[in-house]
Amino acid sequence: MSSLVDLFLMFFKIGLFTFGGGYAMLPLLKDELVRKRRFLEDEELIDLYSIGQCTPGIIAVNVATFIGYKRFGVAGAIAATVGIIMPPLLIITLLAAVLEKYMHNRYVSYAFAGIRICVAALIADIVYGLWKKSVTNYTGAAIFVAALILLGICNLSAVWIVILAGMVALGLKELKKS
Amino acid sequence: MIYFLLFYEFFKVGLFAIGGGLVTVPFLFDLSAEYGWFTAKELADMIAVSESTPGPLGVNMATFAGFKTAGILGGIVATAGLVTPSVIVIIAVAKLMAKYQCNSRVQAVMSGIRPAVMALILFAGLQIARLAIVDMLTAVVFAVMLASIHFWKKSPIFYIMLSAVVGIVLKL
Repeated sequence: MSSLVDLFLMFFKIGLFTFGGGYAMLPLLKDELVRKRRFLEDEELIDLYSIGQCTPGIIAVNVATFIGYKRFGVAGAIAATVGIIMPPLLIITLLAAVLEKYMHNRYVSYAFAGIRICVAALIADIVYGLWKKSVTNYTGAAIFVAALILLGICNLSAVWIVILAGMVALGLKELKKS
Repeated sequence: MIYFLLFYEFFKVGLFAIGGGLVTVPFLFDLSAEYGWFTAKELADMIAVSESTPGPLGVNMATFAGFKTAGILGGIVATAGLVTPSVIVIIAVAKLMAKYQCNSRVQAVMSGIRPAVMALILFAGLQIARLAIVDMLTAVVFAVMLASIHFWKKSPIFYIMLSAVVGIVLKL
């Protein structure tokens, strides 16, 4: 990301291939920012998602804005945001007139059945890849299991899960000190 | 003025919809009831469209509603309204983070949140998998795809394009 244009183009590319919302963007971000450009560490990328989840607005936009700001300040935040929203903006504007036809096209539906499988596989692989960096001890493993149960069984909102996990970790730290 | 109204209403959605994705849906239903910029059926369709186009549901809906109401500029203005709160709030949070990053309490909180975010990522993946893996064929495609992602390590974009071709060829 040597320039604002580069930053914009990177997020445009990511926006074009993000199917299925904010978390589907994670494998793309990891590939571009952690592997290729070494701009972020795995841990920082995970931290960005915790912030993106708990702040107003769309997670994908929040994460893009944060990365842009970190690299180039306010101008970077705007360039990254415009980059990530430009592909859907263009595509929906172009498709608006033919939306019905597009959706009921057989080949579109075949292609997206394939893409959904791919996104599920990409996410499975990234959980495996990030596991060691993010779950470092038994407390972490317990928080992971508790979060899954609260999400899957209790239907608790993701926002509360992030806040609760942070409070538990802080509480444990203070307990250890005293 | 319609542009101002579009910006203002989608700004509110962006500001109050915390948690992303489907959290925006109830806010959008309210908008459709209040202004009739789009119908409830169009909103339901758009949820399906968002699974078949790139981009977040919120952005798609803002673009669609703005475009239908006030043309291309309307789509741009509504989308700008939706993301403006994000940009403002994130810049403020980023400034705070830079200041307190080295604080040991903040570090403890972040290390506790990371495993929870892993659970969120896994859960998002499971929900997509539940829609995607519906029979033996899709399960086999998933397994082959996962193995090639893991061992072959090409860029995610390569796999996404490949999987679209696979979907068409196998008529998934």
